[in-house]
Formats: sequence, structure tokens, C-alpha cells
Amino acid sequence: MRNEILTVLEKNSRIDLNELAVRLGFDEAAVANEIADMEKEGIICGYHTLINWDKTSQEKVTALIEVKVTPQRGLGFDSIAQRILNYEEIHALYLMSGGFDFTVIIEGKTMKSVAQFVSEKLAPLESVLSTSTHFVLKKYKDHGTMLEFTSKDERIMITP
Amino acid sequence: MRNPLSDKIVDIKPSGIRKFFDIVSEMKDAISLGVGEPDFDTPWSVREEGINALEKGKTFYTSNAGLVELRQEICNFLNRKYKLSYEPLTETLVTVGGSEAIDLALRCMINPGEEVIIPQPSYVSYLPCAVMADATPVIINLKAENNFKLTAKELLDAITDKTKILILPFPNNPTGAIMEEEELKEIAKVVIEKDIFVISDEIYSELTYKNKHFSIAAIEGMKERTIVINGFSKSHAMTGWRLGYAAGPANIIKQMIKLHQFAIMCAPTNSQFAAVEALKNCDKDVEEMVVSYNQRRRFLLKEFEKMGLECFEPFGAFYVFPCIKKYNMTSEEFATRLLNEEKVAVVPGTAFGDCGEGFLRISYAYSIENLKVALDRIKNFVERLEKENA
Repeated sequence: MRNEILTVLEKNSRIDLNELAVRLGFDEAAVANEIADMEKEGIICGYHTLINWDKTSQEKVTALIEVKVTPQRGLGFDSIAQRILNYEEIHALYLMSGGFDFTVIIEGKTMKSVAQFVSEKLAPLESVLSTSTHFVLKKYKDHGTMLEFTSKDERIMITP
Repeated sequence: MRNPLSDKIVDIKPSGIRKFFDIVSEMKDAISLGVGEPDFDTPWSVREEGINALEKGKTFYTSNAGLVELRQEICNFLNRKYKLSYEPLTETLVTVGGSEAIDLALRCMINPGEEVIIPQPSYVSYLPCAVMADATPVIINLKAENNFKLTAKELLDAITDKTKILILPFPNNPTGAIMEEEELKEIAKVVIEKDIFVISDEIYSELTYKNKHFSIAAIEGMKERTIVINGFSKSHAMTGWRLGYAAGPANIIKQMIKLHQFAIMCAPTNSQFAAVEALKNCDKDVEEMVVSYNQRRRFLLKEFEKMGLECFEPFGAFYVFPCIKKYNMTSEEFATRLLNEEKVAVVPGTAFGDCGEGFLRISYAYSIENLKVALDRIKNFVERLEKENA
């Protein structure tokens, strides 16, 4: 039941509770309880809106920063992550396998503000060895949703 | 000049859908719930295999019966899903859609005047194909009170000395009805006792919402008298690839391959390569589509219930078949007025046989968002009808 609820909510968090229950074939109250439980347990962490900022007048740049660090004795990656994630500019922070340690996704108003953040806040941190910043030029697909190239229904209107 | 035409084809009346379609196609801003094909795209990996085959220049004919690799995968699929076991080289044939397989089977099994039993409401091709094969069609009118399932009694009553074939169209287009194992066993008893054959059109077999599909060919004694028809159009959202198949006894398949060889040569090569991928690696894609269809199905049924539109619960395909008899008009009148007044296109039940009178076929091969808009309009319409009738 949980996975079924989550699969629908992940795509549409604004769905009417009654509609959700009907679509999944569960009792409405049971669905409500399950959602409340998952909120408490931190499985559902928030209800956000997917916005294509490019279509607004708001200036916004997104950058992906590869960060290499030196984990300190007794303090693993987690404590470094904790140190980094408090900056409100940071949109997402992931520990990575491969050639670097963290991916930091950051949103800023301008390229300059992002550059400033990296050079003045992130790079100087004691445990940070190096950073490599990549700016996003265009978003085509985000959270599994097409932002560009949406297709229209070309099927014949009536077929047997 | 002499009449160039065959009486047989001229006498076949054009599909009921055709007439209605001509009206719909002129209405530019109509919302349609009349489509008989999935709204999903073919899974990407399948399309990629199609592209790959083109890039590598695999554009030759395949053997008449289809790529051996594909026929092997078809056998694996039928075995994995429905516990049917077929020998790829002698008991399968890849066709241009399920429709071709139906046509071939009828033409290879019928002698003039033999009877083919066709339960209706059902897909529009059976009757014309039977007629073109020189069969005498015998219609069984399936009943709403039986949830549009075929009963052994109805079958028995329709069988005569001339009966050769029963067409078994489940999961059913247009009603969405399915037949379950126990019900099929009753049918199989009659079929075996009366020594007739079955063409089992299982094109919607993957789209069921109760139990997994069960094939009549899996019943003991039935494999040797059943042609199983299936394909990729509905399960893998591959309608335009035109690919289906038949599986059955070697002596029948052999003749079907002969006819297919002369009429068609082989099914599209590109589609066949793509279909191998569909059967090998796309069970999960199919499952996801089934989950979506099922949510829409539940949603539609609930909305119809709220509107007071009577509808039995269908467990297969992607159609619901509500009853509109209480509005005292024919299916065609209802559909035409709904189209003119609210710009929603649905298919009158009569397109699938006379006994579809009083019903509509409504497809849920549409996103929930689309369904909602259409449902609002249908609701307006039935409210207006109720006022008129009050």
C-alpha cells in the first residue's frame, strides 16, 4: 500500500485524498493514516512544486559542484556533510562513489553569486581539497517530468 | 462494363465505427474517449532496438513464419505467463497484427457453409473475416446480467452439426469482460464434447485487473483444438508496428504459414527485431502500464457510479461499457448528442454487434487529467438528460 501511495504522490502531491483512495482501491481513512505515518517516519519529507524557472522572469542559475575532501580522523564524510549542508544556497548534497566525494547542487541568482559562494564559503573549508563547478545551461527533464518536447496525442480519434 | 466487385465484400456492411468516425473527425475540438489503442509510447528500449535494426541495415525479408529468435521468445513468453508450451518452429507464426492471424485462421480452417460462432459484443473484424472465409456466422448475444461472459449453455444452444469454430474474444473489446479458469473449463467441456475448434483472441491478455489472464489452451485437451491469437499492440503499446502472432497445432499453423507466405510474405522485419526486446526485457514496463490503467479504471467506475450511470465492473482491456438504457434513446443517438452538445466522442455499443444496443464503449487509454475533463462534460450531459426526462 505504501509504495502505491508514494508512486502516485511523487508525481502529484496535490492529489485529492478521495481520488487517491479510489484510484488505488483502498479505504480513504486508511490512506490518510498511512500518509500521516509516513510523514512522521520521515519517508515523506515534503511536498514541493516542480517549477520551470526559465519560463518566469525570475533570474536563477543552477550549478553542480564536484567536491573532493579529506575525511578527518574520527570524523567521516557525514560530519563534513553536516558542515556543508547548512548553507541555504545549497539545494542538494549527495555523497558520491567515483572520482570525487560530494556533489553539491546549488541555486543562485547569478553566476557571480554562485562563484562567490564557492570561492568564499565552500572552497575555504578546512576539509575541502578541491572543487569543480559546472553550470546548468538548460533543463530538459527534471524529477522525471519533461520540461521540453512535450508530445501531443496524435492518435486517430476513434478506432475499433 | 461488367461489375468488377465481389458480391461477398460488397454485402458486408461497413463498420459502425466508420460512420460515427466521419462525424467525429469533422469536429476539431472534441475530446475523444473512443480510441482503441494505448496512450503510452512504446517502451524506449523497444524503440531503440527498432532503430538499431535499421542502422544495421536489417531490412531484408525474414523467413515467412517470422524470425526464429522472436518465435522462441514468443514461446518463452506464453510459457512464462500462461503456462502454454509451444514449439517455436512448427507451432507459431508471426503476423501483421492479431487481425491478420484471425483472418488466416478462419480462411485455413473453414469449408464453405461451416459455421463460426461469434459471441458479441466483440471486435469488429470477426464477422467480416468469417464471411470472407465462406463461413456462416452464428452470433451469440452476450448478456449484461452475465457480465458479458460466455456461458456453456449459450454455447451449447448455438452449436449445430455445421459448427466448426468458436471465436473466444476475452479479455473483451468492447466490454472489458474477462473469463476465468473455472468458467473456461465449462466452455472447454462443450468444445471437446462437440468436437469443435477455438480461435482464442487474447490480444488484451496482459491487461487484466483481477487474476492473471488464463488461456483456454492451457486446459487439458484444448491445446490441440485452439489457435491462440496474441500480439504486441495492446500489451507493449505497439499498435503502429503491426505485429501479432498465432500459436496452435502444427497442422493448422502449417497451412496458415502457407497462406501468409502468399498474401503477406513476412511481418515487418524492423518490428520483429524490436519485438524480441519487448518480450525479453519489458515485463516491468507492461506492469507499470497495467498499474496506470487499473487506477483509471477504478476512477472511471467510481465517477460513473456517482453520475448514476449503471456499469458492471470490467476486469480486462481498457474499456468500460456503461448502460444508457434508462435515457430511452439508442446508443447512437446518445453518442451523437454527447458529441454535438458536449464534444465528447465515445463509441456506440452497436458498433460491436446489435446486442451492444443500450451501451457505450468508453476507453480509458487516456491520462486521468483528460478523463476528468471528459467526465465533467459527460456529467453535464446526463444531468441535462435527466431534466429532460423528468
